[in-house]
Amino acid sequence: MSAAAPSVAALRADAEGLAAPLPALMADAQHLAQTVMLGSHGRRRSGMGDEFWQYRPAVPGDEARLIDWRRSGRSDAHFLREKEWQAAQSVLLWVDNSASMDFASDKALPTKAARARTLALALAILLIRGGERVGLSGFSLPPRAGEVQLIRLAEALCVAQDVPDYGAPEARGMLPRSRAVFVSDFLGDIGPVTAALTKAADRGVRGALCMILDPQEEAFPFDGRTIFESMGGSLTHETLKAGDLRDRYLARLAERKAALADLCRTTGWQVHCHHTGEAAAAALLWLYGALEHDH
Amino acid sequence: MFTIGALGFTAPWLLLGLAALPILWLLLRAVPPAPIRRRFPGVALLLGLTDDEHQTDKTPWWLLLLRTLAIAALILGFAGPVLNPQVREPGTGPLLVLFDGTWADARDWQRRIDRAGGALDEAGRDGRPVAVVALTDLPVEGPAFRAADAAAADLPGLTPRPWVPEAAEVATWAQTLDGGFDTIWLSDGLEHPWRADLLSALEDRGAVRVFQSPRPIYALRPAAFEDGAIALTLVRAETGAPAELILTAHGRDPNGVERVLAQMPLAFAPGAETAETALSLPPELRNRVTRFEVEGVRSAGAVSLTDDALKRREVALMAGADNREGLRLLSPTHYLSQALDPVADLIDGSLSDILLANPDVLILADVATLSDASAAAVAEWIEAGGLLVRFAGPRLAASDLSRAEEDPLMPVRLRAGGRTVGGAMSWGEPKSLRAFSDTSPFYGLAIPDDVTVSAQVMAQPDPVLADRTIAALSDGTPLVTRKRVGQGQVVLFHVTANAEWSSLPLSGLFVSMLERLAISTRPSRPEAADLAGTIWTPDAVLDGFGAVQEAGNLPGVAGEDLAEARPGPETPPGLYAGEDRRLAVNVADADTVLTPATWPARVPVEGMTVAQETPLKGAILTATLILLALDVLASLWIAGRLSGPRAGAAAAVLMAALVVAPQAGAQDRDPAVEDFALAATTEVVLGHVVTGDAELDRIAAAGLKGISETLYARTSIEPAAPIAVDLETDELAFFPFLYWPITPDQPRPSDEAYAKLNTYLRTGGMILFDTRDADVAGFGASSPEGRKLQELARPLDIPPLEPVPSDHVLTRTFYLLQDFPGRHQSRDVWVEAAPPDAERVEGMPFRNLNDNVTPVVIGGNDWAAAWAVDDAGNRLFPVGRGYAGERQREIALRFGVNLIMHVLTGNYKSDQVHVPALLDRLGQ
Repeated sequence: MSAAAPSVAALRADAEGLAAPLPALMADAQHLAQTVMLGSHGRRRSGMGDEFWQYRPAVPGDEARLIDWRRSGRSDAHFLREKEWQAAQSVLLWVDNSASMDFASDKALPTKAARARTLALALAILLIRGGERVGLSGFSLPPRAGEVQLIRLAEALCVAQDVPDYGAPEARGMLPRSRAVFVSDFLGDIGPVTAALTKAADRGVRGALCMILDPQEEAFPFDGRTIFESMGGSLTHETLKAGDLRDRYLARLAERKAALADLCRTTGWQVHCHHTGEAAAAALLWLYGALEHDH
Repeated sequence: MFTIGALGFTAPWLLLGLAALPILWLLLRAVPPAPIRRRFPGVALLLGLTDDEHQTDKTPWWLLLLRTLAIAALILGFAGPVLNPQVREPGTGPLLVLFDGTWADARDWQRRIDRAGGALDEAGRDGRPVAVVALTDLPVEGPAFRAADAAAADLPGLTPRPWVPEAAEVATWAQTLDGGFDTIWLSDGLEHPWRADLLSALEDRGAVRVFQSPRPIYALRPAAFEDGAIALTLVRAETGAPAELILTAHGRDPNGVERVLAQMPLAFAPGAETAETALSLPPELRNRVTRFEVEGVRSAGAVSLTDDALKRREVALMAGADNREGLRLLSPTHYLSQALDPVADLIDGSLSDILLANPDVLILADVATLSDASAAAVAEWIEAGGLLVRFAGPRLAASDLSRAEEDPLMPVRLRAGGRTVGGAMSWGEPKSLRAFSDTSPFYGLAIPDDVTVSAQVMAQPDPVLADRTIAALSDGTPLVTRKRVGQGQVVLFHVTANAEWSSLPLSGLFVSMLERLAISTRPSRPEAADLAGTIWTPDAVLDGFGAVQEAGNLPGVAGEDLAEARPGPETPPGLYAGEDRRLAVNVADADTVLTPATWPARVPVEGMTVAQETPLKGAILTATLILLALDVLASLWIAGRLSGPRAGAAAAVLMAALVVAPQAGAQDRDPAVEDFALAATTEVVLGHVVTGDAELDRIAAAGLKGISETLYARTSIEPAAPIAVDLETDELAFFPFLYWPITPDQPRPSDEAYAKLNTYLRTGGMILFDTRDADVAGFGASSPEGRKLQELARPLDIPPLEPVPSDHVLTRTFYLLQDFPGRHQSRDVWVEAAPPDAERVEGMPFRNLNDNVTPVVIGGNDWAAAWAVDDAGNRLFPVGRGYAGERQREIALRFGVNLIMHVLTGNYKSDQVHVPALLDRLGQ
């Protein structure tokens, strides 16, 4: 992500474009979970908030000032007007910006990094529109609400810096009981991922892993004598007959996915594998779901 | 040149390179394919995986084979392979190319010419002088050796002749040979008596090589009439495999059209020399057959012309009432029937029935009286070419027929009673016949001694009697008299048709006389004696290919020569016409046998095939390239580069390497020209010629617009908006009608434009020339416009003109008009002149004038101005004054309507005026 750092404006535009066709979280009320901690979505229960929830017949003990006279005037009984309980929550994002993410097998496909940033920012847009507070994990950008935060997020995501071949999730600075989203290819060592998730789970942070893979990484369509190199060049592997490796590679990939799924199951997270060849909206929808549903 | 079979190499040493292929094989095996470096994030998952096998280390065998093949093809290609390399004609010095040139050559004449051409080319390259000789067309001297290209110029002029040269001629010519030369002999494949002698004469001069086609040779013997059917016999030279052929009988159908009248299959049994078939046709059809052909064989030998031998004449016999029933030998017609039955078709019946059958000959034996109606019918039939033969007899002698006046059905007047000589009651000996004079059709016939005449009817002495006598007795009294009537003739035998009055019917002379009179059908081949003293002129002759040609002015042939003629330069095969019959001379006669030529073993005999020399270098190098391209593909596939990130690049390289598809030369279509063509042809469009004078062109366009609107409103012609036509650039063929206003200063069209205009006029276009000066000038050169028109029209293909006659079709194509005014009212409007022989038919209001649309109409009435309307439909120019002016404009418009109608419907209205007459004639 060093050479072709996308401009902030372009990233913002991409993300807006992706977010635009999706309904705001508010409109998707039936999906809201009752219990948990997410942002300004209604909690499907009465409480403090701005939005009307329901009229309820007055019972003894209700204060007379709470009675909604306009409603009560249309019938013989007294009614109270209840508001929906609303609360904001913090969501922390971690987007892998390592070299391995900067890969696209085809010119027509975005790099994994680009897809990851777009997804993350789109999610942030939707969350912030929903009133949540969004930030990056670690200490660089703590969660805040408001449109300005989107700009800061986009800037932070586009920062070009020296990066390792494979990234490790940043689990520091997480607020207890907040939510987190890790976007990466998770092709590197799985140790840091385990550590980060365990640490997050310890703090009561739940969230989602979004594994982004290139179609070629999923298919391994190689044959013949080949020298494979990692994006940074730190790892190389030579084979005389790449086609023979396909099955074993795919087995290892499946193993990696299974390990991630296992990890998530133990920590209460969710995992999703997204391919850059697919529509980003599907992944975004899944991320909504992952953040909305309480498990 | 090094050759293997039909394959030769121009650079055979390069083939040694093939020995290096095994080394290449080893080298290729030793080198594994180069690795490909790929960036791949998933490498982290690959770490530690090892390859199962090391096969890809070495190139797979099939790729090796592919590459080895490619290299082998490369070596082969550069070694210059040639398929069927031309063998050089051996030898030096002069070369004689000798054709037999007989009818048997015709079956593959072109291949012979090609073969000879090849030999001449070769000789030309070697600088050998060449002589080309055909034995059927021998030069007076020996062969004249010339440069090969000069001799090659003669080749197309050589044709096979429909005869075989005479041995004597060939021997004479062989003696004129001198000097040394090699010979290429293009033999016709048949054994001829002169063949061996000529061969030895040629071998004395140098090497002889013989070329001979293996195609079978057929000859069709003349058709013979046997047992009521036409027997056809086909002979062939090679008695090998069975063969199936089809014979066709050609002739004219009743409409006079030459067509195939019958077809019959013919099969040669294996080993059989001849094949026979019989064709049974109705007499009417059989008499129409003019020749038989073997279908698909192009040679004079495969054509057999038929002459009168095949035609069976239809002879009607009538006798006076037969009152002596049972005495057959005394029957008046017995001897006639006996003589004619084998050679003619006899018809019996009443006279009216007989005449309906239209026989060739009508024989009345001792019939004295015919009813008036019958006599008239017979006379008519004679006029039309019938031959009436009458025999005398007691009845005729007793009647008053042709006594005082010559009867139309009798050649002479008769004296009463006749005479009897040498009988029991008379003096004198029975008379014998006098030799036939040379004007008699019987001239040349030998008269047997035993023919005597004892009774006859006597002719009245008459000035014409001598001319009409064609046979006489020794004392000079006429025995046979003849009178020509119209196209037919009347012949009277002054004796009976039975042996009562003379012994003539008992003799062979009687049959010969009937033959000479063309009563009976001739034997197929007359003897020389039969034809003595006759001259026969060729009617149609066969060429070597068997096509029937006009005889032209070939000289006549004496009968005795013709009777024994073999086909030759003097008597080419064909149809010869004598006085009253025709005789065919055919290539094959009734005992023609074809023997294949035999050559001594020392003479090389080759087939006629000229194998085309085909250089294979290009093809093999192309194959090499394809193999190498396949190798590229295979290598890429082996290296896994056909898939994966860089496959696109590889495919692009492949495409660039393989696709050599020549760009289909898209036709240069000028869209403007196409639009013009579409605009001019999708609807009827009137055109006006662009004169260069903007105002004039505007008026012309407006005028045509006006007349188009008028047509649209009044007629079924619905023209689109008129189009300005530039003579130089635009296609004229789209326009049925061009309006060409003349200005004194308009440019003269180019020659190309004139060519287009002439084509346009010839193919039915019409141009209306308008000098627009009728108000000030009469028609002619009296105005600048008139002079300009003359100048412009001079190169045009314009027929003679005349002022519009009052019955011209232009006066009635839609409106009935007599004036053709525009803005001016001159009556000088000129159109194509009527043909000078156009006559007004009685009762017709109009002459039947020229059949075409007049290509030009020339006048000066400024019609466009009278027709012109602006966009709103208002008239642009005033015509005349007041009501009369409007009337004039109306007439002008009507003239326009008539004119366009004339252009589009031609002389339809001219035809229509005949309808009442036609209906009248049909009786309705």
